[in-house]
Amino acid sequence: MFKLIWRNTIRHPLRASLTVAGMAVAVLAFALLRTMVAAWYAGVEGASPTRLVTRNAISLIYPLPMAYLVKIQAVPGVEAVVYGNWFGGVYKDEKQFFPVFSVDPLRPYFAIYPEYLMPVDQKLAFFQDRRGAAAGRALANRYGWRLGDSIILKGNIYPGEWQFILRAIYTGAESTTDEGRFYFHWEYLNESLKKSADSRADQVSWFTIKVARPELAPQVAAAVDATFKNSLAETITETEKAFYLGFVSMTETILLAIQVVSWVVIGVILVVLANTMAMSARERLGEYAVLKTMGFKAPHLVVLILGESLLLAAAGGLVGLSLTFPAVFVFKSQLGQYFRVMPLTRETLTLGLVVALAVGLLAALFPAWRAARVSIAEALRKVG
Amino acid sequence: MSEAPTPSAAAVVEIAHLYKSYRRGSQTLPVLQDISLNIMAGEFLALMGPSGSGKTTLLNLIAGLDRPDQGQLLVQGLDLTGLTEAQLADWRANNVGFVFQFYQLIPVLTGFENVELPLLLTNLSRRARREHVELVLELVGLSDRQHHYPAQLSGGQQQRVAIARALVTDPTLIAADEPTGDLDRQSAGEVLDLLSRLNQEFHKTIIIVTHDPEAAAHASHIRKLIKGQLLNDNNRQ
Ligand SMILES: Nc1ncnc2c1ncn2[C@@H]1O[C@H](COP(=O)(O)OP(=O)(O)OP(=O)(O)O)[C@@H](O)[C@H]1O
Ligand SMILES: [Mg+2]
Repeated sequence: MFKLIWRNTIRHPLRASLTVAGMAVAVLAFALLRTMVAAWYAGVEGASPTRLVTRNAISLIYPLPMAYLVKIQAVPGVEAVVYGNWFGGVYKDEKQFFPVFSVDPLRPYFAIYPEYLMPVDQKLAFFQDRRGAAAGRALANRYGWRLGDSIILKGNIYPGEWQFILRAIYTGAESTTDEGRFYFHWEYLNESLKKSADSRADQVSWFTIKVARPELAPQVAAAVDATFKNSLAETITETEKAFYLGFVSMTETILLAIQVVSWVVIGVILVVLANTMAMSARERLGEYAVLKTMGFKAPHLVVLILGESLLLAAAGGLVGLSLTFPAVFVFKSQLGQYFRVMPLTRETLTLGLVVALAVGLLAALFPAWRAARVSIAEALRKVG
Repeated sequence: MSEAPTPSAAAVVEIAHLYKSYRRGSQTLPVLQDISLNIMAGEFLALMGPSGSGKTTLLNLIAGLDRPDQGQLLVQGLDLTGLTEAQLADWRANNVGFVFQFYQLIPVLTGFENVELPLLLTNLSRRARREHVELVLELVGLSDRQHHYPAQLSGGQQQRVAIARALVTDPTLIAADEPTGDLDRQSAGEVLDLLSRLNQEFHKTIIIVTHDPEAAAHASHIRKLIKGQLLNDNNRQ
């Protein structure tokens, strides 16, 4: 029986290999698209429920006065408050993009971000050097930076040439932790702004608040925003997750489109495989009738057809998934600066295989139903 | 005109007042009308008659491949009209071997594997299956061709493989629909000799549908169907 399934499958080698190839491409595309979506959401996955972000109510690009710090610290439930600026900056040329933040106060900052791991000596060196900087491992690897290297960024939001000394390289505690960031002292930025009498001195892009327990988050957020109600710069405080989702939601429609496309690809391959199976089953209707004369019953024929369909689908699915690894690797090296992490997760792979098998199953349904129902006498009349 | 059903211990097939019609749209096309026929154990019956007279239809009914509209149809005393589809399939697996005009071997399986197919429905061990298959292939004289695929065999050889396949479960009844219809004289002769041998040496009950007088000459009995009716029995021994 198994022999017959296998021989039937490879009966038309060209048809079978084209079907497997199509299936492989579809599953590959499916897994890649899913991985891209997962990459977008990776920041959200890494968010902590005990961290809140306070920003200007109008938009993130409007700053908040540093003076808010004391008032936020006074809100009950707040354990620690840190702040930072989005620096922007250009390294070498415009294409070399990576996120640069100036943050403070450093000790509590990295204390409330325990997922950024730094060796103690590097951490101290970074904290003590006013021009010191910390970079993620992936970022440092990308440019071959070593500790002590001098790194020059050209300011675009904050004009001028900015020189930093790499003092620490952090690693992520989890697979979703972004290892592509660049941090330096907020003090360094602020003093320079003061010197040039820039009106943007003593201002921050956001405050990050640490609360003790996730349940406290809503009331602390409400209390902080209430504090600054009717002041010059009103605030919005939300969980880190909501904050990241805010970024993602700008591209939500694109992500949705990508997801839709990933399923459309599967739908297309379903039609292709169903067609192949229907074609094969139609050609073999006479053979099915002959098997029936020998006493084979509908379930036997269903197994024959389903087996063949699942074999094709599984072969295509496995080829597609195995191609996903090199494909993601290529994506990562080409698009690494846009996608902070490229998590080719076990879920994506499992989903890819499950979807492939489901396609195999669905594609076999109609042909199997037809073969099971075929009337022996009538089918034999056609084949003699 | 037809003989009355005389239940006999030796009758393998007992048919009385059998009717079969096909519906084509709103029209009902009567194909078999009031057929009564007894086939004795060990008989080699040739069904003859013009094209469209209902020979295949009658053979299919006897072999349990189709169902009559009314009438009695007993094979070895078992009423086939009372069986469900699944029961009928099991019955076929054990009691009938069918041979077709165009051999109907599965092209992706070797001769050996084709003959083995019906045995997959039994619970014989792989070894027992192999022994059965080799035995019948020997009987049809194709031991040396068992690992050939159908496309590598001549028409006559394919038909002999098909006969081996029909024989391998040791059925009571062998039903063959124009088994020599697609063969040249020589191959047809070999196939007919083989059927005769099965009938005489192994006492198989054989029913063939044929247009070929040569084929009919091998039979012990000949019955003619015309327009769905069986002509009078004129050469019963
Ligand atoms: N499934 C069917 N649907 C409609 N009509 C059918 C069907 N099967 C058989 N018939 C009709 O029944 C009649 C008898 O058919 P059958 O195949 O039994 O003839 P036959 O004697 O075997 O002919 P031939 O010598 O050509 O094989 C024919 O007129 C045929 O058209
Ligand atoms: Mg016929």
